[in-house]
Amino acid sequence: MATYPPELLYTKEHEWIRVDESIGTIGITDHAQKELGDIVFVELPKPGDRVTAKETFGTVESVKAVSDVYSPVTGDVTAVNSKLQDNPELLNSDPHDTAWLIRVRLKDRRETESLMTADQYEKYIQEATH
Amino acid sequence: MGLATTAGATLKRTPLNAAHRKAGARMVEFGGWEMPVEYSGIIEEHVAVRTRAGLFDVSHMGEIEVRGPEALPLLQFVTSNDVARLKTGQAQYSALMYAQGSAVDDCLVHRLGEGHYLLCVNASNTDKDFDWITRHNARFGADVRNVSADYAQLALQGPLAATVLAKVIRCDLAAIKYYWFTWAECCGVEGLLARTGYTGEDGFEFYFPLAESERVWNALLEAGQPEGLIPAGLGARNTLRLEAAYPLYGHELDEETTLLEANLGWICKLEKGEFLGRDALRKQKSEGTRKKLVGFEMADRNIGRDGYPVLIDDEVCGCVTSGSVAPFLKKNIGLAYVPTGRAEPGREIQIEIRGRLAAARIVPLPFYRRNG
Repeated sequence: MATYPPELLYTKEHEWIRVDESIGTIGITDHAQKELGDIVFVELPKPGDRVTAKETFGTVESVKAVSDVYSPVTGDVTAVNSKLQDNPELLNSDPHDTAWLIRVRLKDRRETESLMTADQYEKYIQEATH
Repeated sequence: MGLATTAGATLKRTPLNAAHRKAGARMVEFGGWEMPVEYSGIIEEHVAVRTRAGLFDVSHMGEIEVRGPEALPLLQFVTSNDVARLKTGQAQYSALMYAQGSAVDDCLVHRLGEGHYLLCVNASNTDKDFDWITRHNARFGADVRNVSADYAQLALQGPLAATVLAKVIRCDLAAIKYYWFTWAECCGVEGLLARTGYTGEDGFEFYFPLAESERVWNALLEAGQPEGLIPAGLGARNTLRLEAAYPLYGHELDEETTLLEANLGWICKLEKGEFLGRDALRKQKSEGTRKKLVGFEMADRNIGRDGYPVLIDDEVCGCVTSGSVAPFLKKNIGLAYVPTGRAEPGREIQIEIRGRLAAARIVPLPFYRRNG
């Protein structure tokens, strides 16, 4: 049974965000990586790019499919996880920590108010799969 | 994340459906069937088949039985390969043909005895194939039956497949040569055991009564535990056949593509006598093909997938018919049709990946060939 870190906030599209002051670290959830299967390639923006809440900022590819990743927040990309270039499989083994995707400087912290807590997200995926 | 959901359409199920779900398989729709795409993961299953062994439920495949004194003439007419060369106990890769030189389906033809043949055909084409053979049978009068509902089919593939099978079989496996078959009792069940497969490894395909599916499946998995045998799904089946450069109907083969364009001239026996498509193939053989199937390798880590455009010299000239990661070769590879004059290995090409151009190179086929 996956445990969803309580310090993260979650989206209905199965992304997570960790907010530290004005910086948000964004990734995909354990549920997402399970659904995708073996992850083989990741396409991410560059530092300096703008991401917009609820819009796609990149793709995560499994063997069979290409999946869009949506940003929970609006902001400018400050960092991109370079480990994922050579080791995309990290997304399968450690999606909530080592395999973060991007960091952004948040434009508006209030955008995070509509996101789910870990408990809410766990309930959400339980209901979605039954 | 854009996660896909499974539609709840009425799909056919093999008797192993519950067993697959119990083993943790992710189920998908394929050719009107609900099939396991993966269990422990496509990459792990693929590597298992290349280094140990994997077990596939391929009961969705179709079987068509053709009998009688007109069986051979009928099959000679509707297929491209020379059926008369088959001895009893031997199989051949072949294609059911259209008059224009393209394939209705690719298939295996097994000679069970004089005037007695069994075809194994693709799941998605079974009804189409049966109708096609039946239509052309009007002038022959052979006994043609769609026996797909009678057969389960399992594929045990990998360098350790024979080691595993030897524990549960009552016959001499070494005596079954590649593309030969015999009747054998496997896990206590009588069936047709063929040394054939779609993975590029040594292996076997076992055709047996549907009702015994779970018994044989479970017995094989248990017998193969010491060898590291694991169940493998359609995901790995696809990446394995792609590394071996085997065509998949609907991708490398379709109504519009001739067998010569698909590098299948070797299963076209133009001197065997009249058959559907022979004249078109003869013509194309003397005039040359306009397009040719090639293999390519991506220069970087991005993946040129099915349907993506292929550019040569800045011009779109085809598209990827099958493209994926190659889990054993650790590259990204694919097949595509390009103009015949621009098909040489080493040529740099580009694949358009969602609006951006990615570098690739034409490489010789197959991508992978097993040792021994």
